[in-house]
Amino acid sequence: MRIYPAKPSKVYFYATCLVDMFDPQAGLDAITLLEQQGIEVIFVEKQTCCGQPAYSSGYDKQAKQVAQSQIDLFPENWPVVVLSGSCGGMMHHHYRRLFKGDSNQAMVDTFCDRVFELTEFLVNVCRASLIDQGDKSVVVMHTSCAARREMNVHLTATQLLEQLDNVEIREQAYESECCGFGGTFAVRHPDISQSMVEDKTQHLCATEATELVSADWGCLLNINGALEYQNKALRGVHLASFLLARTGGQ
Amino acid sequence: MSSSREAIFARLRDANPKVKTMETIAYQPWVSNETEVLKTRFIDGLSASHAEVLTTNRHALNETLKTLIIEKQFARIAIGTGGDLHSEIVKAISLVQITHPLNILQFDVDFAQCKSQLFNDIDAGITHCRVGIADTGTLVLWPDNTEPRTLSLIPPAHIALIKRSTIVSNFAELMVTEAWQNKMPTNIVLVSGPSKTADIQQTLAYGAHGPSQLVVILIEDM
Amino acid sequence: MSQSDSNSLNNGVHIQPLAPEHFHQQAKAALADPQLRQNFRGAMDYLKDKRKLAFSDVAEEKHIRNLSEAIRQRCLSKLPDLLEQLESNCINNGIQVHWAEDAIQANQIIADIAQRHNAKEIIKGKSMVSEEIELNHEMAKLGINCLESDMGEYIVQLDGDKPSHIIMPAIHKNKQEVSDTFAAHLDNFTPTIDVDELIQTGRSRLRQKFQDADIGLSGVNFAVAETGTLCLVENEGNGRMCTTVPDVHIAITGIEKVVEFLTDVPPLYSALTRSATGQAITTYFNMITSPRREGELDGPQEVHLVLLDNGRTQAFQDEEMRKTLQCIRCGACMNHCPVYTRIGGHAYGTVYPGPIGKIISPHMMGLEKTKDLVTASSLCGACGEVCPVKIPIPEMLQRLRNEAKNPATAAHPEIKGQASAASKTEMLAMKSFAYAATHPAIYHLGSWSATKVRGLIPSKLGAWTQCRSAPKPASKTLHQLLKASHKKDQS
Ligand code: SF4
Repeated sequence: MRIYPAKPSKVYFYATCLVDMFDPQAGLDAITLLEQQGIEVIFVEKQTCCGQPAYSSGYDKQAKQVAQSQIDLFPENWPVVVLSGSCGGMMHHHYRRLFKGDSNQAMVDTFCDRVFELTEFLVNVCRASLIDQGDKSVVVMHTSCAARREMNVHLTATQLLEQLDNVEIREQAYESECCGFGGTFAVRHPDISQSMVEDKTQHLCATEATELVSADWGCLLNINGALEYQNKALRGVHLASFLLARTGGQ
Repeated sequence: MSSSREAIFARLRDANPKVKTMETIAYQPWVSNETEVLKTRFIDGLSASHAEVLTTNRHALNETLKTLIIEKQFARIAIGTGGDLHSEIVKAISLVQITHPLNILQFDVDFAQCKSQLFNDIDAGITHCRVGIADTGTLVLWPDNTEPRTLSLIPPAHIALIKRSTIVSNFAELMVTEAWQNKMPTNIVLVSGPSKTADIQQTLAYGAHGPSQLVVILIEDM
Repeated sequence: MSQSDSNSLNNGVHIQPLAPEHFHQQAKAALADPQLRQNFRGAMDYLKDKRKLAFSDVAEEKHIRNLSEAIRQRCLSKLPDLLEQLESNCINNGIQVHWAEDAIQANQIIADIAQRHNAKEIIKGKSMVSEEIELNHEMAKLGINCLESDMGEYIVQLDGDKPSHIIMPAIHKNKQEVSDTFAAHLDNFTPTIDVDELIQTGRSRLRQKFQDADIGLSGVNFAVAETGTLCLVENEGNGRMCTTVPDVHIAITGIEKVVEFLTDVPPLYSALTRSATGQAITTYFNMITSPRREGELDGPQEVHLVLLDNGRTQAFQDEEMRKTLQCIRCGACMNHCPVYTRIGGHAYGTVYPGPIGKIISPHMMGLEKTKDLVTASSLCGACGEVCPVKIPIPEMLQRLRNEAKNPATAAHPEIKGQASAASKTEMLAMKSFAYAATHPAIYHLGSWSATKVRGLIPSKLGAWTQCRSAPKPASKTLHQLLKASHKKDQS
């Protein structure tokens, strides 16, 4: 398991392209959560995308160009806190593979070591303790596969939720199963992806939870799109927004 | 096809992989040096795999075997020609024969000559076991000239005799202490229960192709 | 694929041949078959639960997976030497060793042996490698009948079908469907859904066949170099029958199955059975070291070992893809795969389905044929998480995707079907993406974000919206909001 550093005074914040485009509020909320921990949050404006769309489509060369450009944006030895397990997995795990054997491999590895997913950072580095100020609520959470299996951080999001006294957590059937997003997989193999997201939404709805949270916008794009298409009332929100709202907002 | 061989080796050698040395991780199977624990685990494992385990001692072995044969109504039995407990097996059979007619196949001819009988006219085969493995509830069969391989395979029931003193903790320990690498026989079979399959809708069914009944007679000898 | 073909997965009636080139249609047909999906989901749930119980001690699971990985990697790192050692020990033991570069050679070797013995009947234990070379089909052409004796394989063969799972070949059928198969093909069979009766039917029909067969054929789970021993793992006893009763035994396996020491076997065997079916041990573990020796009364007079390459050396030559060969064929990756669980094994159109199939088939068949398989994964990682020898299957998929899209480089020699999925439009899209993502000013032009998804995959937004609403970009990006709120950019 990963060894975590002491709480730093400054962190870089990596919002991810999906949050930037589809849910900027989650980005703002995550920054606030970090600031509440007494950490100065640096948002490097030149950040774009981790390169995963190219990588998972088989374009290592292009992915590497993007990866290099992102790495260059974070020169200081501060943690890079990423608002998604999937992009975190790309930057913490797959960047290593992309640069394996290259002359700058050691530099890349050092960068990868600095990458943390938001919830693991809050739990394992900040040791955040949250005080629930919200009303009673029944919540179901979806954890992205990358958070679970590449970052090994599926427990940290739950640990944060569990700190909320008025939140009842329901677990859906096949909780650890993929929602069927997988980036370009969803459009290259739409029928298989459809069968997966339909099962996922069915299992989520079957819990009769009133709120759905996830720490990954890729999954939320997929799951919310399907829920909306099916005219379901349930809609997922980013965990950062949920946590901030429950703990008193800004 | 030696050219195929050469071509395959050329490609393999061409890859020139960096040789990895022996791993430092040790295998840690279940282990115990308490004989009661070994015995219990051995019996539990076999029973869980649907084998019947009868416990007896050397003195009472022929009686146990006799009762078993009569109760199970085995009328046609195949046996080997040797082994440590052979005389007890023969004794048991003669005891049965006092009251019940028995057809005995003594496996002392070439398989071709008794194949049909083994397949079609035998209810049970009796064999020794070399060793028992407590970890998984397993019998180690080491067939030889006196107890051929098919004796424990073809008849629908297999009666296996095993001495308690032979039970070891686990498979790995067994092959190391006995230095198997220096004396592999034609065939070794590990048996952990009667033949079974779950090939139809994950439903466990016994007696697929091997014996549908496995009766283990555990002989207390310590 | 015609309409009738795409329906062919329904009701277990297949119009052969299924092929990986038709993956999309085959997957679609499978998804549309509720019974098939129910059969697979039920079976996979069962197998996953069993595996979980067998690895209830998490620390021990981690330990044995690390160990199994290390053993397989060590053995592969010495593969050429170990194969020579295996060969010489087998020969000393009286086992005849044959080498086949591909399916044609392997079939030729087996045909030669059969013809030398005037053999008409081959009885088979479970062997996926024999499926790989389409042995039954090839022998039939020569008038040699191959009969499957594993219960699952037997059912599949009666159907004129192929296995849908490497461990449980007939897993796509429920007991009613098995009864239907027996009723259609066996004389005097009274339909039943009693599984015991179904199995007894198989047993009694095959019993005579074991007696009559001229040759027994089996696979190999581990071939031990140190002693020249072939190890076979099974529950039914048909493997023992095939390797003991007929006068001739032919074992066929891939060249990667060799292990260095006897002591490598127990941990791998334990990892295999627990991963495959959740069993602590199988009913039989059969170790064969020689043909019948002087004075022995049964067992085959001849034992042959056929070692098959069929693309394995290609995987071996690449350090990263060599890991593919660590596989011990437990099937856990497919049991845990959300794609396999939904489409089943036949839809892949390859002998090895599921995650392992996606990473080994390209070496056997080339990427032209299998390029749709390597993209058919959300890279969720469920396979790699359970693989007992820790093959990083998602990374292998990434690698194969890259090889399918790009020409070979100096670092990596060309593989079969290199660049066969290359697309100029897609390359252009990816290059523009990379250009934009490395040029923030361009990337952050509002237009980029709104069109990103469409821009990447121009024709396929329809695929997204077939079951989802179209994504709606926020009115302002985070970048814009942060600028407005005067958060400092420190770079
Ligand atoms: S790849 Fe791993 S999980 Fe899949 S069959 Fe091979 S050993 Fe088992």
